Amino acid sequence: MYRHSVEIIENKKIASNIYKMTIISNHVAQTANPGQFIHIKIPYDESLLLRRPISINGVNRDQNLVDIVYQVVGKGTKILSHLVTGEKLDILGPLGRGFWIPKGTKKIYIVGGGCGVAPIRFIGERWNHLDIISFLGFRGQSWAYQIDEFEKFSRKVFLSSDDGSIGFKGPIISLLDKQLSIDKPDLIMACGPIPMIKALQKTLIKYDIPCQISLEERMGCGIGGCLVCTCAIGSKNNWNYKKVCTHGPVFWSEEVILDGEFETKC
Amino acid sequence: MENLKLNVNVAGVHFKNPLIAASGTFGFGLEYKDYIDLNQLGGISVTGLTLEPRKGNPPPRIVETPSGILNSVGLQNPGVEYFIESVLPELKQYNTIIIANINGNSLDEYCHMASRLQQADIHMLELNLSCPNVKQGGVSFGTDPKMVYSITKAVKKHSYQPLVVKLTPNVTDITEIALAAQQGGADAISLVNTFLGMAIDVKTRRPVLGNITGGLSGPAIKPIALRMVWQVSKVVDIPIIGMGGIMTGQDVVEFLLAGATAVSVGTANLVSPNSMIEILNELKNYMLNNKIFDIHELIGGLIV
Repeated sequence: MYRHSVEIIENKKIASNIYKMTIISNHVAQTANPGQFIHIKIPYDESLLLRRPISINGVNRDQNLVDIVYQVVGKGTKILSHLVTGEKLDILGPLGRGFWIPKGTKKIYIVGGGCGVAPIRFIGERWNHLDIISFLGFRGQSWAYQIDEFEKFSRKVFLSSDDGSIGFKGPIISLLDKQLSIDKPDLIMACGPIPMIKALQKTLIKYDIPCQISLEERMGCGIGGCLVCTCAIGSKNNWNYKKVCTHGPVFWSEEVILDGEFETKC
Repeated sequence: MENLKLNVNVAGVHFKNPLIAASGTFGFGLEYKDYIDLNQLGGISVTGLTLEPRKGNPPPRIVETPSGILNSVGLQNPGVEYFIESVLPELKQYNTIIIANINGNSLDEYCHMASRLQQADIHMLELNLSCPNVKQGGVSFGTDPKMVYSITKAVKKHSYQPLVVKLTPNVTDITEIALAAQQGGADAISLVNTFLGMAIDVKTRRPVLGNITGGLSGPAIKPIALRMVWQVSKVVDIPIIGMGGIMTGQDVVEFLLAGATAVSVGTANLVSPNSMIEILNELKNYMLNNKIFDIHELIGGLIV
């Protein structure tokens, strides 16, 4: 039974509209893998029926702590942002199939955009024995977060922003492209808004490097029962709608078909 | 607590309790086996089946609305053959009633599926004449009483198992449709399916759902669903499986009082995988607190 009540240890704003919450959960801390998410019931408002899927930002196995990072986008996340230390949350998780490291992987590039930076941090924290270069894209300085965390496990951190207020002015995938032309990793792992993922897919056509991407989609049950959080997976001529909640959220980039119907949100 | 009599009989089929997982919200049931004991459920109406596998509608397929959910899955399923060969054997290991929900684009398809399922080890057949999310068949069949009568009559000839006809609420007079199903030979009626609705993103000016429209479910529709069950119960002689926004044990009691013999729980399964067990416990507590020892004391017990 993976539905349980957890206590909030801390909940604080870490960037413009972006919050980090730390909860205590033995089960999630001990079993979660990077790329997995927890499914949170919004308290205090019964009219908000659906749980909110929020990716795991990192865990502390010694103290059973779990970090999640979320952006306030609507009523549900607004309520989440107002919760304080000691309050309880009804959660399901960890859910989904996260990132994985194929045998022989030594060098990885990890790429995050906006809210997608949050799950990417868990990759570096868990697999810090690997040679890691991080690529982080933000809207601007006030939206940036956890760069110091990435410095801890990365050989190098590349930064970009839409307005140039932090790092390179322009898409983070441009920096990735430049770096790939100089030096190639064994594996790329990415999470971010759909325009970023599309740019990544386009860039990867030039290079023969495996890439895992984490998707998000409006979700229902979170456990594979309701078939609402689907994305097109396969090849152009042979695809099916797979469930983001259980088949994903992490897929091989080359099999994800994005036709513009996917939303860019947190 | 175990002295309570919760079992009900719907068209000769024995349910250990009146709670059935509603089609389309519970997968094939097996998706939930790690979260709840499926043996505790009265029954499972499996996700809507079609003759051939269906990809379903483009995403997004769900949006939350106040106290409700709009969905437009569009009957994504691996087809009736796959269900019989690859799903049913495992599902049959559980001690619960299995209802196959069938959807066709034509009368022939419905009959073909019923014939195929006649030989399968299911307990009931649910004729879905009410899916709002597919272009052909579905709701367009379910809104015309003559069509409901003729499809029910034709499918009944091919079905060995008791036949439940699932009604759409997107009609002017639900009793007319219910009577047509009864005259066509339905052994039971289930209602309501979802209400056709839509949501618009004001930033992009686009519909939120990939399918533009979807079916509304959840507590938002409960009062309307309850009214329809009550109206139908006054005119038909066959048992009713009531549904629409059931989230609590008290909601179940309301549907039973309105005349339902059993109920289906849908949206609540999307909220938490163990919702039905919680609802069952709430129902038992209600009965104990009100000294009701047999569920039949509630069925049709509305005082007006």
